[in-house]
Amino acid sequence: MTAAAPLQEELRELYRDLILDHARSPRHFGKLDDASNRAEGINPLCGDKLKVYLKIKDDGVISDASFEGSGCAISVASASLLTETVIGLTTDSALSYVDAVLAALAGQQKDPADVQLGKLAALQGVREFPSRVKCATLAWRALNAAIHDDKQPATTE
Amino acid sequence: MNEHSQKLAKPVTSGLRDCRSDFPALDQEVNGHSLVYLDSAASSQPPSAVISAVAEYQAHDHANVHRGVHTLSHRATEAYEGARDRAQSFINANTRNEIIFTRGTTEAVNLVAQSFSRPTLKPGDRILITHMEHHSNIVPWQQVCEQTGAELVVAPIDGKGQLKTDELIAQLDERVRMLAIAHVSNALGSINPLREIISNARRFDIPVLVDGAQAVPHMPVDVQELDCDFYALSGHKMFGPTGIGILYGKEAKLDAMPPWQGGGDMILEVSFAGTTYNELPYKFEAGTPNISGAIGLGAAIGYLESIGMALIERHESEILAYMMAELDKIDGIRLIGTADKKASVQSFLLDDIHPHDLGTILDHKGVAIRTGHHCAMPVMEHFSIPGTARASLALYNNRDDVDRLTEALLVAKKIFKK
Repeated sequence: MTAAAPLQEELRELYRDLILDHARSPRHFGKLDDASNRAEGINPLCGDKLKVYLKIKDDGVISDASFEGSGCAISVASASLLTETVIGLTTDSALSYVDAVLAALAGQQKDPADVQLGKLAALQGVREFPSRVKCATLAWRALNAAIHDDKQPATTE
Repeated sequence: MNEHSQKLAKPVTSGLRDCRSDFPALDQEVNGHSLVYLDSAASSQPPSAVISAVAEYQAHDHANVHRGVHTLSHRATEAYEGARDRAQSFINANTRNEIIFTRGTTEAVNLVAQSFSRPTLKPGDRILITHMEHHSNIVPWQQVCEQTGAELVVAPIDGKGQLKTDELIAQLDERVRMLAIAHVSNALGSINPLREIISNARRFDIPVLVDGAQAVPHMPVDVQELDCDFYALSGHKMFGPTGIGILYGKEAKLDAMPPWQGGGDMILEVSFAGTTYNELPYKFEAGTPNISGAIGLGAAIGYLESIGMALIERHESEILAYMMAELDKIDGIRLIGTADKKASVQSFLLDDIHPHDLGTILDHKGVAIRTGHHCAMPVMEHFSIPGTARASLALYNNRDDVDRLTEALLVAKKIFKK
């Protein structure tokens, strides 16, 4: 068996250290017992499922967030980064992030002034891998559903 | 080296000629690497013989079949019916009337469920399937159970992904009014001992439908020797086009069944007072059929016969043994589906890397595999896993393909190393 060739740039773009770190050690993983809102996200193409839990205070601020489920490195890292991002935000602000992330993953140049992608920019590596974009969007669609308290699971389709 | 690799590693001596150049799709680069196609269980690549047969028909002979008096209609009919004759001979059906063209295996199973089973099932009757079935051999039976009050019963599989044949045989009794079973499991590769099972089903006069989609491209199939009542297959899994498949049925069974869909071609005479249905096989082929698909499938059968199914079976079993042995050498691999009798596919997991991540990395190295549940979610549930990576073989694969697969898996390990 020959030695593995040097890793190609695009693969490293997809599997950046930050993504691998969050995939291996997801933040805020598990059920949030005192959640006020929750929603499920399903990717029917691969069967991946995850749940997003939010604790939204009366003033509309998300005071805590978590997720659970199983999925690929991209979907788990995206969900983990999501929880880090939205804790402390108002729901309106979190929804702006949903728009910004979905637009960024779709390759659209839409960068509202009040949204700085920051770490989330690491997710943009999926743009070179069209079959994997839905993995990265799953958690964000579930977040959107949780804020709107949708009873139906959010899907990537 | 563990038990598998010792038992299975042996030199290649199949004698199959290198037929890769017959398949134009294999001669391309993907992501900067020559393509290694290990997803034939999902859909196989067509040889030039199929591509040109379809193109020739489209370019020169296309017209509607069975009705025209003009030359092109005659040519189209000859070609379409010629494909039926080829299929009859290929699976050794008794008569050409037993070959029904369908859209594929899925439609063939649905046809039997709705036309054969639904009119006769009653509450208390049972339909027996196995735990390794593809969704297309589960859902049509669930539907007919809902429609009739019959009960769906499932025969178990073991930790190697083999059918527990004794338990299935013990489940056979007067209540079972259909046994629907895969010839070869699409997710696990397990080959079921159909002769033994079917001869036991005969004791209770249980009709048997075999899902042959994953068997026909890989081994000789003789429906009379199997003595099954129905056998379903798909063109695109045996190097033919998509949207065409075959339902084989014993003539006496098909004769007794009502038509499934109504329309043109399946009638002898229509008036508003009533309709006289056409004879077999046309009774089950309502509407203008997939003429070019059938012609392409006929060409695929011709191609397979020119090589020889016994030779293909031997070649693939050697490559599969090599693949299982090489995969087993990789630290952290878990082979899913290690039946004693297997064909063509190997499912696996590597470390705790999600199958989709494996699929993406392999694709980047030009290696095409399938990832996910493979339309066999009960199989995944049996092994308590969400999905697998699956490498599947066809006659055009060789040891180099296996080496490229294992090299790419080592790249994935490197990316995900802790």
